[in-house]
Amino acid sequence: MDIVLPFITGLLFATGLYLILHRHFFKLILGIILFGLATNLFIFTIGRLTRGGSPIIPQGSEVAIEPYADPVPQALLLTAIVIGFGIQAFAIVLVKRVYQAFGTNNLDDLNNTDKTIIPPKE
Amino acid sequence: MLYFILASLIYAFIAPFVHRAAGKYGIAVQAGVPLVLFVYFATFLPDVQKGEVYTEIYNWVPSLGVQLYFYLDGLALLFTLLISGFGTLVMYYASQYLKDDAGLGRLYMYLTLFMVAMLGLVTAGNLVTVFICWELTSITSYLLIGHTHEKETARQSALQALLVTGLGGMALMAGFVLLGIAGDSYTIPELLTRNDLITHSSLYLPMLILILLGAFTKSAQFPFHFWLPNAMAAPTPVSAYLHSATMVKAGIYLLARLSPALSGPDVWHFTLLVIGTTTALLGAFLALQNSDLKAILAYTTVSALGLLVSLIGLGTDAAIQSMVVFLLAHALYKGGLFMVAGNIDHAAGTREYPLLNGLHKQMRFTGIAAMLAALSMAGVLPFIGFIAKELLYEAKAASSYIILALSFMVSVAYVAVATIMGYRIFWHNRSEPTKLKHQGQVTMAYPPLILGICALVFGLMPGHFVAPILGQAASATLGETIDFELSLWHGFTPVLWLSVLTILAGIFLYSVLQKKREPIAILQKLYANGPNKLYFVLLNGLQRGALHLTATIQNGYLRLYIASIILTQVALLLYTIWYNSPTLQLQQKINLLQDVLFHEWLLILLVLPAIYMLLKTTSRLTAIATLSIIGYTASLLYYLFGAPDIAATQLLIETLTVVIFVLVLHKLPRFQYLTHAHRRIKFVVISVLFGATMTYVLLLVKQFPLISNLKEYYGQNAYLLGKGKNIVNVILIDFRAFDTLGEMTVLAVAAIGIFALLRLRMDKEEKA
Repeated sequence: MDIVLPFITGLLFATGLYLILHRHFFKLILGIILFGLATNLFIFTIGRLTRGGSPIIPQGSEVAIEPYADPVPQALLLTAIVIGFGIQAFAIVLVKRVYQAFGTNNLDDLNNTDKTIIPPKE
Repeated sequence: MLYFILASLIYAFIAPFVHRAAGKYGIAVQAGVPLVLFVYFATFLPDVQKGEVYTEIYNWVPSLGVQLYFYLDGLALLFTLLISGFGTLVMYYASQYLKDDAGLGRLYMYLTLFMVAMLGLVTAGNLVTVFICWELTSITSYLLIGHTHEKETARQSALQALLVTGLGGMALMAGFVLLGIAGDSYTIPELLTRNDLITHSSLYLPMLILILLGAFTKSAQFPFHFWLPNAMAAPTPVSAYLHSATMVKAGIYLLARLSPALSGPDVWHFTLLVIGTTTALLGAFLALQNSDLKAILAYTTVSALGLLVSLIGLGTDAAIQSMVVFLLAHALYKGGLFMVAGNIDHAAGTREYPLLNGLHKQMRFTGIAAMLAALSMAGVLPFIGFIAKELLYEAKAASSYIILALSFMVSVAYVAVATIMGYRIFWHNRSEPTKLKHQGQVTMAYPPLILGICALVFGLMPGHFVAPILGQAASATLGETIDFELSLWHGFTPVLWLSVLTILAGIFLYSVLQKKREPIAILQKLYANGPNKLYFVLLNGLQRGALHLTATIQNGYLRLYIASIILTQVALLLYTIWYNSPTLQLQQKINLLQDVLFHEWLLILLVLPAIYMLLKTTSRLTAIATLSIIGYTASLLYYLFGAPDIAATQLLIETLTVVIFVLVLHKLPRFQYLTHAHRRIKFVVISVLFGATMTYVLLLVKQFPLISNLKEYYGQNAYLLGKGKNIVNVILIDFRAFDTLGEMTVLAVAAIGIFALLRLRMDKEEKA
């Protein structure tokens, strides 16, 4: 699996970035979620894969017994996933509100939401 | 001395309140402060004239070797007397000149601040304090030039002066640091004794260039002379104080002060001589091309500063003697003439001298003051200006006849200017006298009159009043004690005949100027493209460049931001990998494929079509469903590789995301393609490049064993220290509890944000 996961991760990175680069709000959110997934997998893979072997101390023992997975990347990941979820939820609601307020689904239209500013030259 | 200077500094900030409270009589206090300082410094005269040096040392920042070091020798005392003496007169003059100006209180504050900074500069015995005071004079000068801040030209000129002298100040700081390194001290008295060490240092040339940049910008030497005439936008009292007698002389002071430490190598003498002489000629020439009285005076000031620099450059005993005498003479007559010009401007409402005629009846006292100052400027016999010019000619004649000839030309121009100032405006009756807005005020004529009388008295009795202190100043500049005698009458020497010739030639030049007043067209074009133009080109270029840069970088398009961030990262990664990392051994990796189990293949095969669907679908619901396929797959992967906690969390989060999506789905924008095909190709290229880089990095990292003591540490101690069997949990809530607290805070903030967004009421405009 060590050989396959890097490719999956790269694929998810590429897809996520590709979606983020679009102007559409909805794709932006999908892209952010995918990008987050890819990052998590990246950290997970870098922490080495161990089949089975959860980082849990067995009954009757006071210390963990090999083989068990590295708990450090797991702790990082847990934090990352939860924070990522906070961002996702916020982004989804934000997009909804922006869509309601401005009636557009195009990121570029948000360049100048202030009324006084001169329209941009492109 | 510290207390006197500190008290004045504190007083500066209450000056506006004193002005408001005391009204007309407040001037007694305002002018009283510099007067007290003048008297205080004058009490040092007897000791210093004997050649003693007064010092006062306070440790300020001992760890950096910065001291509040007051060092009062002849040179410093000469300057303190000039500064405080002029300060008294200028304060009084300002109170009359700007009687009805609402900003007078503010002006008092700035003038006092400036005076304190200037006094600090000339008495400082430590390079760091010199620099601090130097910058303070630049800043107060900015505030003073911009006094009439309603006018754009005043603001522009103030900024110009600040930028030019400020840049010079930066160079000066760097120069001081180099000087401190080369001389192994930041204390001026120590540096003055280390001429050999400094001039033979490898840092000498860069140090010299930087220090000269500072001095030349401050003292308006070519090619930085342009800011001084523009600074005439300041009210006349300010011009008289800063731009004739004191601030612009700070550069001269610095050169004179450091001369014992820096002089010796040819490059010092040569640079000062060439730049000084060029500036002197250029200033004199430009003065004759102008018709605005203040502009004429400003250019002659530039020219006089050039002469002073060239004299320091000569560096002979005679040159330094004439330098200190000329310094005093120039301050006296130029300060007076500036005030005269201010009086005329005040009364007539114009400073164009061709429009001014026969003013002596209406402004008798100003006229007398103008005549006294002008005679000193022209170098006529009983005045101190005469002595200065005699010494100047003697010093220059001793070096080279070319330099003497150039000085002669400059002096001729001074005579012509003096004739304009002292004769043409007041006594020349070619036509009807100019009508004035109001009669000349006697009170405004007092300060220039006092200066004129000083010039006369000092000239008549040079030995009594000024010779001892000037002698000490010259000794300090030379770094050795010299015999110094001043006398009015030198006998019928060749230099005397040269003086007479100068005056005759100057009057002749004046009469030529009277007949032909049109400026020369080619020269006008040349001025328009001079350093002043260059300054504005650079300034505007900087602003435009900044605007372009901002428009390019901060373009407001999210995708461009992201693309540039990603591409930078990829470039840096690839660069590092290319140069520093071993290559990837793919052959070994392929063998690993055999280890992949059947159900793992199944999961992977689930992801690929999901990604495909995600990119192809036009239905929002399908997109969400396929996204959750990928999420659930990831969660299964976590479970299979020993991370049940993450798997559970991922599962939960994935479900919640779908729920939120579905809840707000009907409010979300329709799913459509907005991007053009060619742009999409660009996106694909960037994305694939990025994905491939990440894959490569990951494969490369996995080629090496992971060495982590943390795994073992947590495995050993999770139960013993944290009393928990699930190591990941223990890490999160015990070992790294503060991180988790931070995480919770982030979530809480996100929740508040979401709540606020949902409850936010839009106003009607936004809905439309």
